[in-house]
Formats: sequence, structure tokens, C-alpha cells
Amino acid sequence: MASVARLLSQRSPSLLSRTAAAAAARPAHMSSSPLLARSRQQFAKFVSTEAAPVAGAAASHHHHINRDIYGATAPIGSTITEDVEIDDGVDVNARHFTVNFGPQHPAAHGVLRLILELEGEEILRCDPHVGLLHRGTEKLIEYKTYLQALPYFDRLDYCSMMVNEQAYSLAVEKLLNIEVPLRAKYIRTMFAEITRVMNHCMSVMSHIMDVGALTPFLWMFEEREKLIEFYERVSGARMHAAYVRPGGVSLDIPKGLLEDIHIWADQFGQRMDEAEELITGNRIWKGRTIDVGRVTAKEALDWGFSGVMLRGSGVNWDLRKVQPYDAYDLVDFDVPVGTKGDCYDRYLCRMEEMRQSLRIIHQCINDMPAGPVRVDDLKISPPRRAHMKENMEALIHHFKLYSEGYAVPAGETYTVVEAPKGEFGVHLVSDGSNRPYRCKIRAPGFAHLAGLDFMAKGHFIPDVVTMIGTMDIVFGEVDR
Amino acid sequence: MLRQVTFRAAAAVPRAQTRLLLPSLYTTPLRFLHASSAQSAQNTNDYRANREKFPEDDLSTRYTEGAGPSALDKASQSLLLTELVRGMWVVLESFFRPPYTLMYPFEKGALSPRFRGEHALRRYPSGEERCIACKLCEAICPAQAITIEAEPREDGSRRTTRYDIDMTKCIYCGFCQEACPVDAIVEGPNYEYATETHEELLYNKEKLLANGDKWEVELARNLEADHLYR
Repeated sequence: MASVARLLSQRSPSLLSRTAAAAAARPAHMSSSPLLARSRQQFAKFVSTEAAPVAGAAASHHHHINRDIYGATAPIGSTITEDVEIDDGVDVNARHFTVNFGPQHPAAHGVLRLILELEGEEILRCDPHVGLLHRGTEKLIEYKTYLQALPYFDRLDYCSMMVNEQAYSLAVEKLLNIEVPLRAKYIRTMFAEITRVMNHCMSVMSHIMDVGALTPFLWMFEEREKLIEFYERVSGARMHAAYVRPGGVSLDIPKGLLEDIHIWADQFGQRMDEAEELITGNRIWKGRTIDVGRVTAKEALDWGFSGVMLRGSGVNWDLRKVQPYDAYDLVDFDVPVGTKGDCYDRYLCRMEEMRQSLRIIHQCINDMPAGPVRVDDLKISPPRRAHMKENMEALIHHFKLYSEGYAVPAGETYTVVEAPKGEFGVHLVSDGSNRPYRCKIRAPGFAHLAGLDFMAKGHFIPDVVTMIGTMDIVFGEVDR
Repeated sequence: MLRQVTFRAAAAVPRAQTRLLLPSLYTTPLRFLHASSAQSAQNTNDYRANREKFPEDDLSTRYTEGAGPSALDKASQSLLLTELVRGMWVVLESFFRPPYTLMYPFEKGALSPRFRGEHALRRYPSGEERCIACKLCEAICPAQAITIEAEPREDGSRRTTRYDIDMTKCIYCGFCQEACPVDAIVEGPNYEYATETHEELLYNKEKLLANGDKWEVELARNLEADHLYR
């Protein structure tokens, strides 16, 4: 019966328009599926009001649907097998339109592939496909010494490099049971916050750009460029710093850098004011973000959201406050929390977080103590170069550390930091050798992406772009 | 190549001086004026998803929630395009500011002495190559980009016969130069070595030594500038 109906409907557009008219005449409650009834109503409305061009479009649409005779694109439990008898005996077996969003979509933030199931422009199902940037980082780390594994963390979330390094270093330090010097703690905290500003400059402004405004993106990229310059001055690399190491940081900050960071921090608030002047009150921006992608606190907790995705929904949970690491218990800052859980609240949270980061940076600059930046243990941190060249024992340690590495006592830790995107965790298992037995990386973006389906349901295609932006997804960490 | 490391933002004019507008008009930051989704009249997106999920959160509660601006304020903001005009004014201001752009091939940004760019193998002032084939760099390299073969030379000293770096494998982490006990392998300040073929980026010992000869002044200066920290 269904196949006959399909044949009939493929035959001619004129038959189709009759079908549609009949569908319009038919009351909605007679259909078993409300969605089907809804689509039929819309379909009929198009055909009946504007005859010629839209009828053609509708015909091609319908043709496309019927080409999928195996029902590969149909959702489970949909109306695919349902035969709808209409007066003239023609079956309207309308199926949902399935569309590929990405992996080459510019708003997909890299290599996200979404399978969107649409009814008109409304999203019924959103299926994220990940793994296009999978590099096997976790497995590779098992074959590296603890120091060699460090650069992999730069490349996970490549928008917040040093925070990832910090998470890994804290995990290794926990297994080694060492405490890094206070100056190293302050440096790490300061650069973690610089990283946070950097990440938010990138994520919020590219979010705004996805929604349609290019100007603030370029403004904030100017600021980001300055921060990248700080990265370069402290570590030698603009992005993949390999600066925060287990046992401290690799080198002390060069002379004059703190002054320049201070000068930057002084003017950054004003630059943010300018950007906010342009965005925060803007009716287009508000129209695109308010009430879009609302997440209740319960949903956020159920889906394992963290970071701003959690705080935007009103859950006051910040790992820097809850279980302070490095120097976060020594600095004063507030945690912005949203009320409504929509994209606009999360935007406001991120902007406020940047201002709070500025506070922390100022405090770190002012309170930065003098002293060593690496733990004073030659079995873990390499000796100073001058020392290494003069002292035989230091040279031996140097050789041991750069060839064999250091052995980490057997044990297991799950260490988390509050990355700009949320809870970034490193689950490190050591068997007592010089290589990790297992390193599981908990990427916040992965959990957020999993929630895209429930967030996007009932929204429209452009809102998916907004939601991808607000989730702040970076595929280096999602795909690992 | 220790260029003068200055931070360009430091030299920039403070933003406040470039403001063309009267400060009194800026007294109410827009983020306080507008940053509330609950009180905005023109922006209430009515999504089916939200209607189902938040049935209690209907339009009437959104309008009356809290003590927001009055209806007159909201109407005038909406009709007079206040926030748009203010935003465009900021854009106009920035239009008259000096650009931050560097005209790249002609202008280049400052580099710190720590910059990790193209590799080079250095020599002693006598012309003798520094590398003693201890293979620490090969051992530490996380990307396994370095290949070294060594045998004693005629004079009995230990030197490499082969020192290859696959620059397409290298991740520029700088571990090789940290590991090197004799400052032989270093990452220099050069970052302009793009090639058209992959083969050209498979550096051998000759290429690396040539790099070292070419950049020795800058390399030595950078090491000198940073030696107190290392």
C-alpha cells in the first residue's frame, strides 16, 4: 500500500498539490502524530496560498524524501510505516528533512559534524558526530615519559593551553606528592587567568561573529594577540607553550614582563567596555541569544556540564573556589552565576569572568613573591644550566631526567582544574615506572556537546550556531 | 636576533584620551542598562522548546519580573535605537584610532630571546661543531623527529655522522635545546622557512649547521640574554 502511494506521489506535482490541499482540509486531530499533522498543515499552507513556484519547490522536496526508500534517514519511531488514508487515496508520507551541518561549516568551530533532523526549520533531533580530530592523545601519552607527555596537553584545548598543562602538572605533582614553590604557584595562577581571558576573547567573540558581528571579534583579537605575546615572552611559543611543568614552571618570568602585563591589565577593562557597549545591549544580539538554548540547573547537572555552562544555569560551582589549587586560595575573586541558563546569561558570565580574571591577574602581579620557580628536587626538576655544566652530579641528573625521565610512585589520581571551558580533568594512573600507565582526559567540551541534542530541540537552525558558540567547543579536546 | 623587546600596547595611547565623546554620556554603562534578559521588552523569543520546558515562565512574568526600566524608558530606547547608536559611536571612534595591524612582510613583531623557531646546530668559535652525539635530544623529542647516528672521527672525538630533523614532525616544544648539554641544537628566531615541498623540510646535518652559521649572532645573543633564567 505504501509503495503504491509512493509511486503515485512521485508521478506528478499536480497530484501533489491536490494531496496537500486535501491534507489542509483534513483536521489535524485525525492524524496519529502531531508532528506529521503540523508539517502537513505547513505544507498545505504553502501550496494553497502561492500556487506555481512553491508547488514546484514542494514537489522537489517531496521527491527527495521519497528517494530514501529504505527509510535510512527516518528517525526511529517516526511515521515512516504509517499509511495515511486521505479521501483521494494518495499517501502523504512526509518524512523529516535530514541535513549535514559541517564538518566544513565555518560555524562548526572546526570539525564538528551535526546530523540535523528538521521539520521545516525546526530541529527535531541533533546528532553530533565527533572524532574527526582524534589523534589518540591518551594512548600516545602512555608511551611517553611524564615530561614528554606535557606538550600533548597544549594541543588538546588549543585555546587555553596553559590551563591544560596546569591540570596535567597538578596531577603528576599529586602522584609525586610534591608541592611547588609559591612563586611558581602565582605564575601559574596568573597565566591560567591570562589564558582564561585569551580563551574567552576567542570563544565569546567568535560566538558573536557566528551570530553576525565581526567588529568586536577583531577588537578582542587585538587583545588576544597581546596575550599571545606574553605567552611568547615567557615560554618562547605563541601558543603551544610547554611552560607549566610538573614541579613548577620551566623558566622564571623574564624581567619587565610583569610590568607589561600590568599595563595590559589596566587597559583591558576599558577595551571590554567598548566591546560590551557594542554587544551587550544590542537588540540583535539579545534577540539571537535570549531564551536560546536554555538549560535548567538539573539538566546541566544531569548532563555533566561544567564551567560557564553550569554557572549560567544558576549553579554556583567553580573549582577554583570549591577546591582551590595553586594560588587560588590566596587571591580574591567572585564567581558570576547566571539566572536563566540561556545563551545570553552565559555570555554575561563569560564577560564577567574576564573582569574577575583581571582582578586575579592584578593580585598575582602585586603579591608575586620572589624565589624559585621549580621544586628543589634534582630527581624531578632539571638542574640549572650553569650548574649542569660545572657540576658532575647535576650533569648526571640532567642526563637521567632528559633520557629516562623520573619515576612516579604507583598510584592513581583524578585531578581537575577550572579550565575556561569547564572542568578539565586528568585521570592519571601510574604503575611506578617513568611513563603513565593510563591517562584519561576529561574534556568539558565533550559533555557539553552531548547536551546539544536536548538544547537544540525545538529551536531553529541559526540557533544551533548560537548554541555551538555558547558551548565553547574546541575539537582538540573533544576528539582528543 | 634579539630585537628590542617592547610591548606595543604599553606604548599605545590610553584609551580614555582617545574618547571623543563627553564622559557624562558614558556614566551609565550599557551593561547595567541593558544586561538583563528579564526586562527587555523587544527580546522575548518564544520558542516551542521553552514553552514546553518552562511553562511557568510565560510572557507576563518576564515583563513584570524585578524593577526594570519604565515602559517609557524601554520604548524610547527601542524607538530611538539608543544602544545601536551608542555602539556605532564606539565603532566610529575606533575608526579614527591608529590601526594595530602590522604590515607583515615589511613590519614584524618583536620576538623574545626565548622564541622557539627554526632549528640550528651551532659551532664553537673555533669552527668545531658543538654536537657530541649524546643523543639526549633524540631521546627527549616527544615527536621522535630527530635521528642521530654517530661514530668516532679520525681524531678520536665523538661526533655525529648523521643528524636529521624532520621539521614536519617537530612540534617545537624546545625540549631538544633544553636537553642539549653543550648548547649545540637550538631553536632560533627564524620562522620564515616555509617550503613548497615536504622534502625540503627534512633537515640534515649540513642544513642545520648552515642555519647555525647563518644565525649564530642572534642565537648567541639570545642565549646570552636569557642565560640567567635557564
